[in-house]
Order: sequence, then C-alpha cells, then structure tokens
Amino acid sequence: MKTRLRLSKLPPYTKNAAISYGLVTAAFVIVSLLKAAGMISSSLQGQLVPICCYIIMAISLNLVVGISGELSLGHAGFMSAGAFTGIVISGLLETSGLPEVGRLIFAVIGGAIVAGIFGFLIGIPVLRLRGDYLAIVTLAFGEIIKNFMNIIYAGKDSTGFHLKTNPELGLEATGRMLLNGPMGATQVQRISTFTAGFILVLITLFVVQNIMNSKQGRAIMACRDNRIAAESIGLNVMKYKLMAFVVSATLAGMGGALFGLNYSTLLPVKFNFNTSVLILVFVVLGGVGNIWGGIIAATILTILPEAFRQFADYRMLTYAIVLILVMIGTYNPAIRARLGMLRDKIFPSNKEDPKAKKPRWRKSGKGVA
Amino acid sequence: MKKNWTKFLVVALSVMMVFAMTACGGGGGEAAPADGGEAAAQVLKIGSSGPLTGGASIYGTAVKQGAEIAVAEINEADPSFQVEFKMEDDEADGEKAVNAYNKLKDWGVQVIMGTVTTGSCIAVSAEAFEDRIFELTPSASSADVTAGKDNVFQVCFTDPNQGIKAADYISENFAGKKVGVIYNNSDPYSTGIFNAFKAEMEAKGGEIVAAETYPDDTNADYSAQLTNCKSAGAEVVLLPIYYTPASVILKQAKDMNYAPVFFGVDGMDGILDMEGFDTTLAEGVMLMTPFNPWSTDENVASFVEKYQAAYNELPNQFAADGYDGVYAIYNAFKAAGLSADQENAEICDAMIGQFTGGFTYDGLTGSGMTWNDKGEVNKTPVVCAIEGGIYVDK
Repeated sequence: MKTRLRLSKLPPYTKNAAISYGLVTAAFVIVSLLKAAGMISSSLQGQLVPICCYIIMAISLNLVVGISGELSLGHAGFMSAGAFTGIVISGLLETSGLPEVGRLIFAVIGGAIVAGIFGFLIGIPVLRLRGDYLAIVTLAFGEIIKNFMNIIYAGKDSTGFHLKTNPELGLEATGRMLLNGPMGATQVQRISTFTAGFILVLITLFVVQNIMNSKQGRAIMACRDNRIAAESIGLNVMKYKLMAFVVSATLAGMGGALFGLNYSTLLPVKFNFNTSVLILVFVVLGGVGNIWGGIIAATILTILPEAFRQFADYRMLTYAIVLILVMIGTYNPAIRARLGMLRDKIFPSNKEDPKAKKPRWRKSGKGVA
Repeated sequence: MKKNWTKFLVVALSVMMVFAMTACGGGGGEAAPADGGEAAAQVLKIGSSGPLTGGASIYGTAVKQGAEIAVAEINEADPSFQVEFKMEDDEADGEKAVNAYNKLKDWGVQVIMGTVTTGSCIAVSAEAFEDRIFELTPSASSADVTAGKDNVFQVCFTDPNQGIKAADYISENFAGKKVGVIYNNSDPYSTGIFNAFKAEMEAKGGEIVAAETYPDDTNADYSAQLTNCKSAGAEVVLLPIYYTPASVILKQAKDMNYAPVFFGVDGMDGILDMEGFDTTLAEGVMLMTPFNPWSTDENVASFVEKYQAAYNELPNQFAADGYDGVYAIYNAFKAAGLSADQENAEICDAMIGQFTGGFTYDGLTGSGMTWNDKGEVNKTPVVCAIEGGIYVDK
C-alpha cells in the first residue's frame, strides 16, 4: 500500500518510467522462473524473442508517432535494414572464434548504426513534409528499403567480404552466401536469446524515456504541439524532428538485428507494409505516446494469434474481432469510466483523491490526436 | 445507447475469455490416448504447416486435403495403427511457421510432413534438426531446405534438379533443335531452374540460342523477349516460370504467329484452371509436372476419385505431394519396424536410416522414388502434353 501511495505522488514522467521498467523486469523474472521450472509451452517459449523485438519496435515507433507526432508507415524498413546488417555481421564473425554473445553485441550495434544511417538519409527529405504527405512518403521509403534488400547480394570467402547488386559475386567454392537477394538470408546461426531481448528492451526504454524527459524531448514535443509557436521561440523544428526520427530508426535496427538472428532464414518481403502497420497497431492500441501501453499491446497482440490456433479456420477472424473490440473498448468514455470504477473497487486507496481520477485517464490518450 | 454498448462488450469479452481459456487448456495435453475407442491402437502423430490463409493458401489447402485422403486410407486399412494428422496455418511466413511448429510440439508431434512453402520450411527445418524430429517436406523445393540437415527430406524435386531433368528430356527428345528460354531473373525458383538447365544443356551439347529475362511476374508485356526468341530461331522455348506470366506469353506468342514448342515445368501446372484463360492457347504445350490428374494410372485414378468425392475439385500436384508425403512416412515407419510410443529422436534416426538406406516408394508424383543422403529425391519425372484441354502422358 505504501509503495502505491508513493508511486502516485511521483511526477508523471518518473511514474510512467517506473511502471515501464517494473513491468518489463517483473515479466522477465516471472517468465524466466517459469521457463526454468519447465512450465511454459514450446509455443510460448518460441515467441519470447519475437515479443521482445516487437516491444522494441513499438517503443521506438512511439518516439516518432507519440512524442514527435508524425505518422510513420515505414518502420519495418528500418527493422529490415537492422536485421540484414546484423545477419551479415554475425555471419562474418562466425569463424572469428568470438562467443555467440559477442557476435550478437556486434550484430546489434551494427544493425542499429546502419538503420540509423537509413533513418538519417530518409529523414532529411521526409521530415520536410507534414501530415498525410509525410505518412505516404514514409510508406514509400519502407517499400524502397524492402526492394533495395531484394537486390543486395553478399557473401564471404577466404578473400574477404563481397557485396554486390547482382548474384555474380565470384565466390570461391568454400565461400558462403550471406544475403541472396530475394531469397534473403539462409543458414543463419540463431544466436538471439530471451535475456538479450530483455536487455535490449531495457536499453530502448532507457533511451526513449530519457529523451522524453530531457531538454531535447521537451523541444520535440513543443514542435509536435505547436510548430509555429516552437519556431517562434527559435527551435529548429527540422532538427528536433530528425533527432526523434533517427533515434527511432536506430532502435528499430537494434530490434531488427535481434529478430533476424532468431530465425535460420529471413526474407526481405517479411518487412512489408503489413509489418509496418502491425507495429503501428501496437502503438495505437497501447495508446499513442504511452510507452508501457505499447509494451502490453505488443505482447498481447503477438501471443493472441497463436493462442487462437484452436479456432483453426476462424483464427484470424477471431483475432480481428478482438482487435476491433479492444479498440472500441479502450476509446469509449463510458467503458473507461466503468473500468475506472472497477479499479477503484479493487484498489480503494485511489478513492481518497477523486479529482485525480479524470486527468489520469485522459493522460494516456492525450497528445497528438 | 452507451449502456447497450457496454452490455454487448461485457458479453463479447466474456465469450472471448472463455474461448481463450479453453485454448490455453488444450495446449498442455500431450500424448493423449487414442480417442477412437481402440485402446490398444498405436497412434502416430504427423504434423504439418502451410499457408491455409492468404495469397498462397491454395498450396497449403491442397497439401492438407491430399494428406487427409492418405490418412483416411491408412486408418481404414489398419485399425491397430492409426495416424493422427494436424496441419497448422503458417501464412507462408517463416516466423509464423516456427510458431506453428512449436504449437505442434506442444501437441506431441512425432514426425513433420511439412512445410509447404520454401521460406517457412527453411526456418522450421532448422528447429526440427535441433529437436531431432524427422521431417519430410511435400513441396518446399529449394536446396537450402535440406542443406546441412540430415533429418530433412523432400518429396518434390529441388529447383536445380528440375532444371537438369528438363535439359535431359529436351536434349534427348528435341535433339538438334534450337532452344530459347524466358525466365524471371528476380525469382529464386525460376533462376534456380534456369542456371541448372543451362549448365546441363552445355554438358549435353545442346544449344541455347536465346536466354531472355524479365524482372517481375506481374509483367504485362513479353513481346520483346518473344521477338528475340523468334529472331534467334528458337524451336523449343523453355518457360521455367509460374503459370500466370506463362499465360500472357502464350497469348502474345499466338498474336505474333510464333509457334515453337513451349516447354513448362511444375510452375506451369494450374494454367488450365486459370480464370479467364483461353485453354486452346495452351494446346500443344509440354510440361514436366510431377502429377497428371488425368493419368490412366490405377493409383492416380483412385486418388482423384476419392479427392473429388471429398472436396469436389480436381487435385493438383500439391495435393498429390501431400498424399505421397504421408504414405512415404508411413511406409518407411513400418519398414523400419518402429512403434509409435518410441522417442522422437529414435524415430528420427531410424527414419533417416530408412530413407538413405535404399527405401523405395512408388507414389502419385513419380515411381521408384529414392532419396540420397542430402535429402533430395530421385524419381522419374512425368512429361505431359496439353491436348484437348487435359494433360496427356508423353
């Protein structure tokens, strides 16, 4: 009871941050314990790393959509850049004698850097646009990255690393293709682990929450809330928007590298428009600008389609219905009020401050709408 | 109004929760006894995954239906040995396929007869290799599927092997004729076949006078490629591509009065069922398909009859692949003298021994199927010609 009271007295940013860290750490500890006790099904175990990746994607996209207030429909493109870079780096280091953890660290860092460069290059033209136009152009760039990956061929042999836009790499007989154009990467060594995923989620959270709570973060939000006012006080809108965009792309690249190294094969078409929209759905469902809401949404929406396998042919229909119901539910004021009452019944301590109730509910939905 | 909404939601959500709970409850059940009533019957659990929804769903559905026919036959023939078959949807996506595979593991799968598409098969076979579960894919044709994994085998030809078989057939039956090729150079399937075809033709001393490429199966105009083939004097044109672009090529060739022998591979199968396609255009087209539903072969006829009775449609090659996959597993399982209550790893090792140790299977998709230690199949391909709107064995 005491901690609860103290939590509610914290400033909102600190409180949200505390909730996010607590949520992630608690989930990690519980799942790890259950895993050690052998109480988790193979189905869920196989999804742990992808869930971490999608959480990273959701948090990083939230930086652009929620904090910077721009609708981005090409986030999967950065994931793709990170994933394939990570695969190449890990493939090159395979024979170096480096332990798997070391390779994963290099792969994640490399993936993040390349995705960040993509984000920077794309951000320069894209962020000069506004609103719908920006959304459409990010969509186009997402597709461009996908098609770019379709023509990239990479391989290694004893003479070194080869990278070309056509399949004639001239590899030696002992050489190995790392990226094979539209066939993507095959024979990838799977080195991603749940622990690595957990650490990357914490890093992502740390970066995003600290940006939100910094001078730069406040400038980014000022540009979001009123561009003209922000410009009038001398803020370089373009610079701050680009900052958010590049950081977001970098984090997405990190998540992508983790994702890519979790499967033995990866095709460029995996990161298509649908994947971008899926990530956006996590963000919107969890509440735009709400970090821990996005974490929960990403987790639930990744597990749900698998939990619904029982329905066989009606699986995706059920999934869609649940999605619609949740969307209606979380944005319906009547239901929110109901939920608020329910919460007060369970945790009566909140009742002592009835005035605090309303703004608290509004806070999560506030922002860019 | 708002109240109604709330009520509706409460009801709907509680229904969902009940469903979700049953879903969770079902996941844990492992090695459940046979529910057919015969307590002593052995039950072998064969799992598969393939696209049952989305753009590639015709492939997954066909494999599922073909496999179900085989399972029904096996279960009817021998009440003391039952096969339980379960197919999960993977939307032809590697990530979903791994999820589906893990779900099958929770179900207690013993042998994998999958997966249907190449990309997801590579992802799943890596997992199956680690878990030591025997895997036989009906239709994933890339060489990457089996590479480096001793427990993964294919029912269908690999893409390169198909190119080699096509080159052998053409250099034998069209000796001395000039050969042209039109293929999709951004598609691994098409490129894989072409590269092997070219190498084998050169080895056999055949002449490829034109090798024309196009970048995308949605391409609408192939007149440049056809003109080049025509002016190079190609008398046989190999089309190692899917039937959608092939249908456009056939139409445009006819418009320009160019009538070589068009030679397709298994991707050509399905062209006769294509909506809006004038089947007279395909008259005389030759294709190397693993399966001819109009074949007079006794086994094929019986399969087609059963399939049509059950699903009211003509089976395609994927259905036949699925049927063969189940039977190949069943026959090898029996031949190895295995019992369904053995550990997966034991079953896996014994099955590998069978498949690489001279096991032969006569199936719908080729007679005398044998496997090498790389997991690739060797069988006699069926070459057909389209005559009167049906395939005729050549």
